[in-house]
Amino acid sequence: MMNRRMILLRVGQMLVLESIMLILPLIISIIYGEWDSMTAFSETIGITACLGLLTVIFIKPHSKVIFAREGFAIVASAWVFLSLFGALPFYFSREIPNYVDAVFETVSGFTTTGATILTDVESMSHGMLFWRSFTHWIGGMGVLVLIMAIVPTDSGRSMHIMRAEMAGPVIGKLVPKIKDTAKILYIIYLALTVLEFIFLLLGGMPVYDSAIHALGTAGTGGFGIKADSLGSYNPYLQWVIIVFMYIFSLNFNLYYLLILKKFIPVVKNTELWIYTAIVLVSTGIITFSIYPIYNNVHDSIRHAMFQVLSISSTSGFSSVDFNTWPMLAKAVLFILMFIGGCAGSTAGGLKIARVMLLSKIVKRDIGHLLHPRSVSAVKIDGKTVDNNTIQGVSAYFALYTFLIMCTFLLISFEPFNLETNISAAVSCINNVGPGFSVVGPMGSYADYSDFSTIVLTFAMLFGRLEIYPLLLALSPRSWFTSSNKSKFRRAS
Amino acid sequence: MDIIVVGCGKIGSKIVQSLVEEGHDVVAVDNNSTVLESITNIYDVMTVCGSGTDCETLQDAGVSEAELVIAVTASDEFNMLCCYLSRKMGAKHTIARIRKPEYNLESLSFLKHQLNISVVINPEMYAAREMYNIVRMPSAVKIESFSGRNFEIIEIVINEGSALDNLKLMDIRSRFKEKFLVSVVKRGDEVFIPDGNFVLRKGDKIGLTGESGEILKLMRVLGLERKQARNIMLLGGSRIAYYLAVKLIASGHRVKIIERDPVRCDELSDLLPKAVIINGDGAQQEVLEEEGLNTTDAFVALTGMDEENILISIFASGKHVPKVITKVNRGELAEMANNLGIDTVISPKQIVADRIVQYARALENSLGSNVETLYKIMDEKAEVLEFNVKSDFKAMNVPLKDLKFKDNILLGGIIRNRKSILPTGNDVILEGDRVIVVSESRRLNDLSDILR
Repeated sequence: MMNRRMILLRVGQMLVLESIMLILPLIISIIYGEWDSMTAFSETIGITACLGLLTVIFIKPHSKVIFAREGFAIVASAWVFLSLFGALPFYFSREIPNYVDAVFETVSGFTTTGATILTDVESMSHGMLFWRSFTHWIGGMGVLVLIMAIVPTDSGRSMHIMRAEMAGPVIGKLVPKIKDTAKILYIIYLALTVLEFIFLLLGGMPVYDSAIHALGTAGTGGFGIKADSLGSYNPYLQWVIIVFMYIFSLNFNLYYLLILKKFIPVVKNTELWIYTAIVLVSTGIITFSIYPIYNNVHDSIRHAMFQVLSISSTSGFSSVDFNTWPMLAKAVLFILMFIGGCAGSTAGGLKIARVMLLSKIVKRDIGHLLHPRSVSAVKIDGKTVDNNTIQGVSAYFALYTFLIMCTFLLISFEPFNLETNISAAVSCINNVGPGFSVVGPMGSYADYSDFSTIVLTFAMLFGRLEIYPLLLALSPRSWFTSSNKSKFRRAS
Repeated sequence: MDIIVVGCGKIGSKIVQSLVEEGHDVVAVDNNSTVLESITNIYDVMTVCGSGTDCETLQDAGVSEAELVIAVTASDEFNMLCCYLSRKMGAKHTIARIRKPEYNLESLSFLKHQLNISVVINPEMYAAREMYNIVRMPSAVKIESFSGRNFEIIEIVINEGSALDNLKLMDIRSRFKEKFLVSVVKRGDEVFIPDGNFVLRKGDKIGLTGESGEILKLMRVLGLERKQARNIMLLGGSRIAYYLAVKLIASGHRVKIIERDPVRCDELSDLLPKAVIINGDGAQQEVLEEEGLNTTDAFVALTGMDEENILISIFASGKHVPKVITKVNRGELAEMANNLGIDTVISPKQIVADRIVQYARALENSLGSNVETLYKIMDEKAEVLEFNVKSDFKAMNVPLKDLKFKDNILLGGIIRNRKSILPTGNDVILEGDRVIVVSESRRLNDLSDILR
């Protein structure tokens, strides 16, 4: 039996938090004197705060004990409600008149995808654009982790929630207390965001633009405010974004170790070096492939690296329209979409840790075919990975592949070419944002029908929450015990 | 406080639970990742998978900044090595579980000193000590003594027709001339710190504080003083049985131990020449009756299986054995046993956890009023603490009636120069006193915490 009250309580807390966060874009609207978006934000804040407060005040859980399934259910329902309410400002202000589209845009924000249905970004109000990018920042580290950091919880079982919300195959704590762990992560996150903001300001970017891009990079989201994304900014600013996209796609635990002055584990971190190697090699290949277009080493390297990091960190900014690039360059980018960033970062995708594990599992199994009696352990960072993790990663990969196939099939009713549809599905599931062809960096998802928009919305949520939470929450068996019982009876 | 617990078996996880409830930053170390996973799921702790004698594992657990390292794996030698390494790597204090009898003779203090271990815990020894106290005063459910051993808190249950039944606490002083204090009452599942208007009822479990002699006299008046248990039957020849038998034999009791394993029987008969060792299965009623269960004064169930202990204890109670003591390690089973009518349940795990919590609290405020002793009473729903009053106590030399105490707190006694005082409104607290405080569900670290 699910502890439904506890789920409701957490969702309620999340709504209160969302209404508080909506105050920031409200202030931006006031500063720019945008009355329509101001009223839209005020209405949303009113509704969200009322519902949230009512839940928090009137729901008194009988027991605070939660198990893994409640953890999954809390995360899944919190994210769904977060998006449904977060979409209201777009809808109320009529800036995105279709509610389904508004939800797509919000989910794209919270899941740090950065895919947009807007065809003319530059006509949006400042308040709305700020909210859009702010959702990246909130979703990057996870809203429930933020709740853990600020709301006192006396239950030690919050680990279930953290594990369900944070991305990566194995989630560990930095310090014994979960609250302190969440706090440390958010402090690092906030500090790095502010740092990027300052660097962008120094490069002459306007304050508002700097804030938007800092938030978008931090969450590895990729919503911009210009039609050509970052193409019209100067090379220095593009380099700043490149560096920070790299920083935000690394495991945050490493920064904590650096603060503690523990350099050796950082240097010995295999994931870090493999990721760096992947980035450098891809940049090399793409530079070689696009050199004929730009005829200039610096530009080629900059554009290559920008796109490589933008895709592998799953941000989705762009400095040029890579749709026009040669096939080889596009193929490399497409592969990078699957791999994603490091575990424990704000990036999406499969994550380097999983890819590493998968390749080692494959290597072990091939060895096993050659020497059937051989016994060998799979090791990462010199430590043996236990069988549960290995099985978990293999099963996850199977599910992930299956999810891509399903999404691809479901959106194939649309009259687009193969390149568009497959890249849209892959891009949404890996929370990258832009794809190729119609959904390329200069294009948008606007032409998709409501049905496909809903499919892609779910695909993004599945990708961000790493499939299981949402899958279990959508399964009626986790909510009702009766079906379990009848099954048991049949079995006996 | 940063605490590392190495070894997460039965005792280890209980310690982790108690320390987390106290609000400490706990890191659990074990080489079994499944155990660790279930621990992180329930308690808010960090876990490190690896061996507690591996320097790298200890480093990962943050040993250099740790205030306290507790080694409670199954192996004594492992625990010693773990504590030794931790000390060398920068841990400030260490606690090791050492339970082999051969280490607990003369060599213990030498080992402790050489390895720099702050506290050595021996759950079996503690449990045996507690059981011994109860055998001495069979009418009590639980007895705990404070420093000097002259002041005690005992738990008794008020039976039908007892002189305490329907008594208003205000009238106690006029009814009884013995000096004691009813400090805490458990009725049903609720625990109260009673005031003068509280009326006792039958079925209440009450905690009495007082001088040992006075309490003994009171028991006599209440008719609770049964004849001292002389013949004692122990079921199961575990380490606890050994420690308990040694103590009992030394104070002139007759001890009979029933043990299933013939090899262990040989060992015991070698170690305890004065005890009667019976090789037989205690789960068979015939064996028990043949060995005189009907005539024994006290029966202690000490087998390794909680369930077996509970069932045989129920059987023994049915045979009208005056005092039945049951060893139950698992908390949830202990509660069930209580519901089944077994009143004296002893859990070695709980005793150890209490000791460690007490040590941790004392460490935390080594400058203020020290927590000298800490016991959890009334099925862990209340605490009794003994504080050593240091010069920084805020309300020194102020009559108690002028002090404002927090709710649900009671001064159970003051020990001054080896003499105990049952506090009244005119008494004062002086430097060097030892103050006994009973508190319901409140965490006290310092004596000043009792004041508003």
